[in-house]
Amino acid sequence: MADKKTIVIGVIGSDVHAVGNKIIEYALTNANFNVINVGVLSTQEDFINAAIETNADGILVSSLYGHGELDCQGMREKCDEAGLDNILLYIGGNIVVGKQDFKEVEERFKKLGFDRVYPPGVKIETGIEDLKIDLNIK
Amino acid sequence: MNNAYLLIDFGSTYTKLTLVDIEKEEIIATSKSITTVETNIMEGFDKAFHLLKQKYDENKIKIIKKLACSSAAGGLKMVTIGLVPELTVEAGKRAALGAGARVLKTYSYEITNDEVNEIKNMKVDIILLSGGTDGGNKKIIIENAKKIAVNLKHIPIIVAGNKCALDEVRTIFDEHNIHYITTENVMPKLNEINVIPVREKIREVFMKNIIKSKGMDGAEAFIDGILTPTPAAVLKASEILSKGTNRLSGIGDLIVVDIGGATTDVHSLAEGYPSKSGINLKGLQEPFAKRTVEGDLGMRYSALALLEAGGEKMIKEFTSTEDILKKCRYRHDNIEFVPQNKEDIDFDEALAKVATKLALNRHVGYIEIAYTPLGEVFNQYGKDLLEVNYIIGTGGVIVHSHHPLEILELGMFSKQEPTLLKPKNPVIKVDESYILSAMGLLAYDLPDCAFRIMKKYIIDK
Repeated sequence: MADKKTIVIGVIGSDVHAVGNKIIEYALTNANFNVINVGVLSTQEDFINAAIETNADGILVSSLYGHGELDCQGMREKCDEAGLDNILLYIGGNIVVGKQDFKEVEERFKKLGFDRVYPPGVKIETGIEDLKIDLNIK
Repeated sequence: MNNAYLLIDFGSTYTKLTLVDIEKEEIIATSKSITTVETNIMEGFDKAFHLLKQKYDENKIKIIKKLACSSAAGGLKMVTIGLVPELTVEAGKRAALGAGARVLKTYSYEITNDEVNEIKNMKVDIILLSGGTDGGNKKIIIENAKKIAVNLKHIPIIVAGNKCALDEVRTIFDEHNIHYITTENVMPKLNEINVIPVREKIREVFMKNIIKSKGMDGAEAFIDGILTPTPAAVLKASEILSKGTNRLSGIGDLIVVDIGGATTDVHSLAEGYPSKSGINLKGLQEPFAKRTVEGDLGMRYSALALLEAGGEKMIKEFTSTEDILKKCRYRHDNIEFVPQNKEDIDFDEALAKVATKLALNRHVGYIEIAYTPLGEVFNQYGKDLLEVNYIIGTGGVIVHSHHPLEILELGMFSKQEPTLLKPKNPVIKVDESYILSAMGLLAYDLPDCAFRIMKKYIIDK
């Protein structure tokens, strides 16, 4: 337990897409992470409170219904406020509506304070590899 | 000669005695007298005992054991310290309430010097220190332990936090000679609650330390044991009634409403999972045996607070009396007031109705509707008590009322508030003989006997 890295996952906002959430939990657990799943329909506070109590190393936000940008506004600031200094924030899924240029989308989410932003269709393995790099896991 | 148990409740106002024939499984007699905690707790007891002796034949009844519970001298006063307000703080609070404590205040994150001083001035009996899931945050609980060790030396501490922080917390407390015990984490995993080990430790500390500090050591020579705070005895009785014992099956999910002068307690014995499909359960898990205490809903000391909580409009729904403020103030100022005329009795019943309604509204879970691109979805927070089998009323105003069912009906589901998960079709019962706390005590020794007596005197009556 102590040597495993702890990651909080969940689906943000009024979004009920549960299947991907379960797959991410499964994949991260198999990759030797300690997974804290706050589930679907989770608020920013649900993620942040879970991260505080479990002393998490990263928060991995999923959003599949297009409103990710609205749902994530102010999340980095709230993390800072809650003492989660420099906690890793990832987001992935269908995070915006329609076909937008991903470079721009990525930039917008990085401005919101996310460390990594994933377009639709990315495999969870990519995210896991990134986590290992960002958390110095050998 | 029949063997009997003498069960004693050193209440905040009255010392109540219940004599139980454990062979015939009958209540032989009850009596009460004002609690005398300022002088010697045994004075009030002796008076009540004297009254009791006039009600039975000492040649036919042999008292083989005397057990007591107590809420005298302000009850068991606790503060709880956790990390996040919605998580370990709430879990700790629920555990303390379930142990029958009065939770004076809860604290979150790192406690400040001002908060430390506040705790010092509140004269608390026990501090519950938690924080962090197992393997989670260690920093805050350790910081808080340091502050406690230096500043709050003489208060017993129960540590129920992140197990990975325990070694360090122990070292800190040992270095400062702090009186503490440790137990399992009250929230070992996120949103998973673990109240029973904490409840047991609270009871242990209560039995060992608190009795002496409350000027009740005089009672110990005469009584076989002061087992528990009174509210915990009521919860224990309710739990046995609901779940049954090793040999007897219980009556299923139930709610107990206990309306007192200062507070209204609600106990629910139910898992409270969603009774309909397609509902997401959110938030911290609920304990099976859950107690909530409404400090602003009471018949006397809290009558003014009740007026504020419910508003004149709500009281007027149940009474045509004018002068509502005056009547509430009178009750607040005269806590031993016993209504004599019809107007005052009606008014007390109106207050009890408001207390029942609001206390149940706050105790039960609720449904929140979220509108998503996929349509409406339903989130449930707290317990779904729609299908609960029984509502049982206890406490002076209900026991003495001529219309207890009308009061307790206010605890039922209402179409006006469809998102509040109150019982839809419960059987309503009254603890007419006022035996719940006594049966909780008896249940520690003779659970089968306590169960059958409760069935006989409350459910089948």
